[in-house]
Amino acid sequence: MMSQALGGGFADAPVQSARAFRTALDAMARPGRILRVGGAKPPAPLSVAAGVLLLTLCDRTTPLHLAPGHDAPEIRDWVTFHTGAPLVTPGAAAFALGRWEALQPVTRFRIGQPDYPDRSATLIVELDELTNEGAVLTGPGIETVARLSLPELSAFHLNRDIFPLGYDTFLTSRDKIAGLPRSTRVEAG
Amino acid sequence: MSVERPFSQEILARRRWMGLAARSGPDRLRELLPDLPAHELLRTPEIGAVMVQGRAGGTGTPFNLGEMTVTRCSVRLASGEVGHAHVQGRDRDHARRAAILDALMQTDAAPDLEGKVLSPLAQEEAARRASRAARAATTRVEFFTLVRGEDQ
Amino acid sequence: MYVAVKGGERAIDNAHAWLAEVRRGDRDVPELTVAQIREQMTLAVNRVMAEGSLYDPDLAALAIKQARGDLIEAIFLVRAYRTTLPRLGSSAPVETGAMAVTRRISATFKDLPGGQILGPTFDYTHRLIDFALAAEGADAAEPAMPAVDKVEEVPHVMEFLNKDGLIQSELQEGAQVPDLTREPMELPASRPLRLQALARSDEGFLLSLAYSTQRGYGRTHAFVGELRIGTVAVEMEVPELGFPVEIGEIELTECETVNQFTGSKTEPAQFTRGYGLVLGQSERKAISMSLVDRALRWRELGEDFSGAPAQDEEFVLMHADNIQATGFLEHIKLPHYVDFQAELELIRKLRRETEPSDLAAEEQP
Repeated sequence: MMSQALGGGFADAPVQSARAFRTALDAMARPGRILRVGGAKPPAPLSVAAGVLLLTLCDRTTPLHLAPGHDAPEIRDWVTFHTGAPLVTPGAAAFALGRWEALQPVTRFRIGQPDYPDRSATLIVELDELTNEGAVLTGPGIETVARLSLPELSAFHLNRDIFPLGYDTFLTSRDKIAGLPRSTRVEAG
Repeated sequence: MSVERPFSQEILARRRWMGLAARSGPDRLRELLPDLPAHELLRTPEIGAVMVQGRAGGTGTPFNLGEMTVTRCSVRLASGEVGHAHVQGRDRDHARRAAILDALMQTDAAPDLEGKVLSPLAQEEAARRASRAARAATTRVEFFTLVRGEDQ
Repeated sequence: MYVAVKGGERAIDNAHAWLAEVRRGDRDVPELTVAQIREQMTLAVNRVMAEGSLYDPDLAALAIKQARGDLIEAIFLVRAYRTTLPRLGSSAPVETGAMAVTRRISATFKDLPGGQILGPTFDYTHRLIDFALAAEGADAAEPAMPAVDKVEEVPHVMEFLNKDGLIQSELQEGAQVPDLTREPMELPASRPLRLQALARSDEGFLLSLAYSTQRGYGRTHAFVGELRIGTVAVEMEVPELGFPVEIGEIELTECETVNQFTGSKTEPAQFTRGYGLVLGQSERKAISMSLVDRALRWRELGEDFSGAPAQDEEFVLMHADNIQATGFLEHIKLPHYVDFQAELELIRKLRRETEPSDLAAEEQP
């Protein structure tokens, strides 16, 4: 294992991961709200925000899929050392990480079962820019409407149609995260 | 990531010193290795649990027996060597010291540490085990089946 | 229906303060240290580790101190603590055949390789109260020790029967090891899941169930093939290293029973096995566990279900955990005012509906 893969974890894991977990919860509870996180220094091209989410949400019991572009040795080693998450194919993943194009087709990811809708995947989608512009979001956790720079609309329409099944999505860019749970309705802006 | 088996001499040697450090008492390791070189914490000492497995019938299908407390730590020395430790119990200082020892054993200091730290630990452990085995041997018993009177 | 109550904050604080005071007891008597409990109450510590399902003697000793010696309360504390720990991994299965034994006996084989080692046992004591212990500082003298150059491994006794094909052999199957601390228990349970549940279950419950099989409720004709107590190394594969390392040593008690088996539709006549493995030194529990394990195996061995409690997987596994049991049992002492009010209303209503003349007759003797 390469030595540089071993740095960049939380310096104070209990406190930092608790804070980051709270932020991730807030992001999912308030779809479209952009929040900032910090504390991780993951290897490129992983963003700080995606790194923080991995450190906070992944462990040995959460299989992770790294999409092409993020499936590099440095990232594999970093994830293995800091989280222990097994690296798997899309159909077996509890979490999937990559750019939107690299994650396609997203229909490969688990959407849960009618009696266990929670047995589904959470996607972490890396974007160049994450802003409150573009698609219009409505639904639980949004008082009126929110706007978010989504990479695409049709996939999220399909995902909303199969509610309560479906995947949940975090969008990340540099130190910014936003949540897009399966319950959110998405329209063109 | 997994290395080929059977293990190379290097890995066997590393398994030995990591095992000795993990099984040593925290206080004893501190006595034998009081001074720590400058190091960076790659993974701060973290207390957690490891699930211990047994096998049905001693040799059959594995099952989860229960957990044990374990503290882990990873460090990097100024000279670049990386050391890891997983040690039984909840002593953060023990895990950090064991990780530093693992890193130092990859440097030129290894022969010196072998004499000052590892040999004493190995000898004390062997003595402890021999003493317990000797104690057990004092309670070894031969059972005789007695023939009952009416059967004679 | 659950309805919250509020109030009594000061009373609760005062109750906690009093609890701390009675825990300490008479201040003229020296306070117990955790090390004293760990070293001198070892079997209590072992029980808390086994049923708390967490091997850590210092922690178990502290829990016993905090719980005023109530072991189930101490187990509860340990269980609560373990939920706060991140899972760092899973060990390789421990090699009990390589155990450094302090005790090793067989009720079936008189002359076994490695010998019968009694260890520090109560078995041959007279169970007479030793009043000499009431005096402090009466240390036992050490016996003369033979020199031991090499610590030898003692092989499992059952392997001898296995060589002759007289006993059912243990197969290694199942890739995924089920873990009831991660996934809710589903019935019917596989043997690995049953063994995990039994290993952390209440010693008293297991003892009674095992005793019931001896008295005829699901009889399995058990003999202790081998009982051993000692330490084993725990080894774990470390992902960042790519190879396994020893992370410590733990004490275990292992019991293997040999059970008579006259054969079934699918199996020839041979001996079968029951298995018990417990964290720490706890032979009563290990023997009980192996009897109950064997009783629960009726289905896979093609035996009949006789309706005995120890054969009933749901009855055994769903009631064996003393923390679940005590949680549900003790909650009925907590405020249920609204529930009770509803029941009271119901009783009054039923009485009103009864003929008034009947009531009048009852009330006037």
